[in-house]
Amino acid sequence: MRRRSADGPAEAPPPAAAVIYNPRFRSALYQLALVLALAWLGYQFALNAAANLGARNIASGLGFFHNTAGFGINLTLIPYDETATYGRAFLVGLLNTLLVSGTGIVLATLLGFAVGIGRLSSNWLVARIAGGYVEVVRNLPLLFQILFWYLAVLGTLPGPRQSLSVFGTIFVNNRGLVVPAFRFGEGFAYVMAAFALGVLATIVLGLWARRRRERTGRGMPILWKAAALVVGLPLAAFLASGLPVEVDLPRLQGFNFIGGTRVIPEFVALLVALSTYTAAFIAEIVRAGILAVPRGQSEAGLALGLRRGQLLRLVLIPQALRIIVPPLTNQYLNLTKNSSLAVAIGYPDLFAVFAGTTLNQTSQAIEIIAITMAVYLSLSLATSVLMNWYNSRVRLVER
Amino acid sequence: MSSIPSAGFVRGAMIVPAAPPAVQASVRGWIRGHLFNSIGNAILTVLGIIALAALAWPTFRFLLIDAVWRGADRSACLSETAGREVGACWPFIAAKFDQLMYGFYPASQRWRVDLVYACGALLLAPLLVPRVPYKTLNAVFFFGVFPLLAGVLLVGGVLGLTEVETRLWGGLLVTLVISYAGIVGSLPLGILLALGRRSELPVVRGLSVVFIEFWRGVPLITVLFFATYMLPLFLPGNWKIDGLLRVLIGVILFSGAYLAEVVRAGLQAIPRGQFEAARALGLGYWRMMGLVILPQALRLVIPGLVNSFIALFKDTTLVLIVAIFDLLGQLRAAFADPNWATPVTLFTGFAFAGMIYFVVSFAMSRYAMFTEQRLNAR
Repeated sequence: MRRRSADGPAEAPPPAAAVIYNPRFRSALYQLALVLALAWLGYQFALNAAANLGARNIASGLGFFHNTAGFGINLTLIPYDETATYGRAFLVGLLNTLLVSGTGIVLATLLGFAVGIGRLSSNWLVARIAGGYVEVVRNLPLLFQILFWYLAVLGTLPGPRQSLSVFGTIFVNNRGLVVPAFRFGEGFAYVMAAFALGVLATIVLGLWARRRRERTGRGMPILWKAAALVVGLPLAAFLASGLPVEVDLPRLQGFNFIGGTRVIPEFVALLVALSTYTAAFIAEIVRAGILAVPRGQSEAGLALGLRRGQLLRLVLIPQALRIIVPPLTNQYLNLTKNSSLAVAIGYPDLFAVFAGTTLNQTSQAIEIIAITMAVYLSLSLATSVLMNWYNSRVRLVER
Repeated sequence: MSSIPSAGFVRGAMIVPAAPPAVQASVRGWIRGHLFNSIGNAILTVLGIIALAALAWPTFRFLLIDAVWRGADRSACLSETAGREVGACWPFIAAKFDQLMYGFYPASQRWRVDLVYACGALLLAPLLVPRVPYKTLNAVFFFGVFPLLAGVLLVGGVLGLTEVETRLWGGLLVTLVISYAGIVGSLPLGILLALGRRSELPVVRGLSVVFIEFWRGVPLITVLFFATYMLPLFLPGNWKIDGLLRVLIGVILFSGAYLAEVVRAGLQAIPRGQFEAARALGLGYWRMMGLVILPQALRLVIPGLVNSFIALFKDTTLVLIVAIFDLLGQLRAAFADPNWATPVTLFTGFAFAGMIYFVVSFAMSRYAMFTEQRLNAR
């Protein structure tokens, strides 16, 4: 800086040797060096991998997908047995992951919203209990909680003969949860059709009610009408078609239950741990979202004569959702990724079946771990694409 | 409301004065105001009291009143021999305490672990209190010198210390080593990645984004499997990496990606003027970042960093899946001991380990809140 002459603008054209000081040249050089270094590293990795695989006699490629798996899986949503292929096992695992994540997301959302709203309750005791729940659950490792539910709670339940029962229909014992099974007869198609019709009619009614409200300013409470359509219509069809469902109640025979459907304890433990753990985080997100809605909104709502429930439903939650949804989807994603901890208790999810058993049997670590990572990664990326789309839709449009 | 009634809004008579509001000041007033201010709330309060009574009281009884405090083996903790309802079996914890704390670290060498703990505590305590001076020096010691010292002391093999292989380590020692090494290793990585993501060089930015999003998109357990089973295949055949070190590499890569996003938030919060001022002073990129931007940005994100550290601390439990026995892993191993197999052993063990995890995580989260309030106050 001191070199600059007093009369300013008369700068000499840069000499050719100074090209090394040209920022654009330099940045190109740095980036080229980085790319070369990474390429060299990748090349070394590939060489080492080839040498190591050769030395250990490990096959490579995806051919193993067609080989016979030869192991059993204790929870399958699609037909599967020991003679099925690894590809089939992969699919079974993926479906089990989706099953526990999907159920977990629903339960965690319900519990999380309840606890989050509870923390803001005007009832001192309810707010304290909700706060205590969040602090305890959030500050314990998830794997700890999964093992706790699996080993300590479910593991020490009584055997089938001393099952704890809920009204004699649902039984809990150390072999899992036994619930009634439903077998649907032929006429059940009508019931489903009536249900679809009811849902459709409700949507049409809701749209019509909204259009009318926007046009005339007169609202129409559709809750009861919707309930009549969605519940009443299928119920009527159900009765009319002669009760086409058979309930298979579990009963104790000998040392175990027959009838009903048995839910394996691994699923129960994983589901309970995942949903209570994630619910604590969702509760904090919900609380922060509601607190972020300006106070004036609550006051305006109360001034309009809304009751507390209406205030929450019509004013606060719609505005809070805009803040809540992005971190909420993040939690859904976390829950899905955390479901891979199933491997610790032997719930046959994607990770346990594929990166656990299949990896053990085939030793093809590179392919298997890469595929497992790719599955979770594509779930993550798909969710974030969806989230960005939602965000751009609900963003406040300001003038 | 179809037509406006004729001046119906003008009142003819005075309103009857409302009754004075219920007293809020006394204990009864507080109870009425905070617990029974509506029928719904009254029902919730009663349900809450029932839930608390059903959960808190048995827990209290289990942990203290019914607990067994002395005994040599499982028979002390059986209700048949004790002749009463039996709660927590604390002799089990006493018998397994060394295993839960040190794993199979040789008993004669455990003073080394204790010495490391003491040094760590001595260096950490002044770092946490904002009013203590010499923060930079302190941080250099805690993040730079201490890891070397701890490494030499714990591993040994030099200075006349016998070598202790890492497969003998276990329990809380492994939990703390992985957490601390994860923090020390992933913070520089996170800062570099955050700078990379904010870089003006498109290749650097692109690579950073891919790196960050990749590790954030996969579960930690796949990362640990990657480090344990896949990484050795990528390295020359004659390289033997220690099992604990492999796991550490996985944890650092994973945690670095999360920290990068925290640090990036701090970088984005620094006003443009700071960058421009640093440039105007003639500072190059690294001096601008090191002397002007990062000191401000990192201070802003301390709460976020501490929250990431809590997550890291809790995530260390996952190493038990790749057969490294941290506190939870040792606990699980201790459950398998038939000498202590009683109906209450599991609950006792979980209660003990749970208290350790809870106290550490809770303390960290309170510290994050404290720093956050301090930042907001300014």
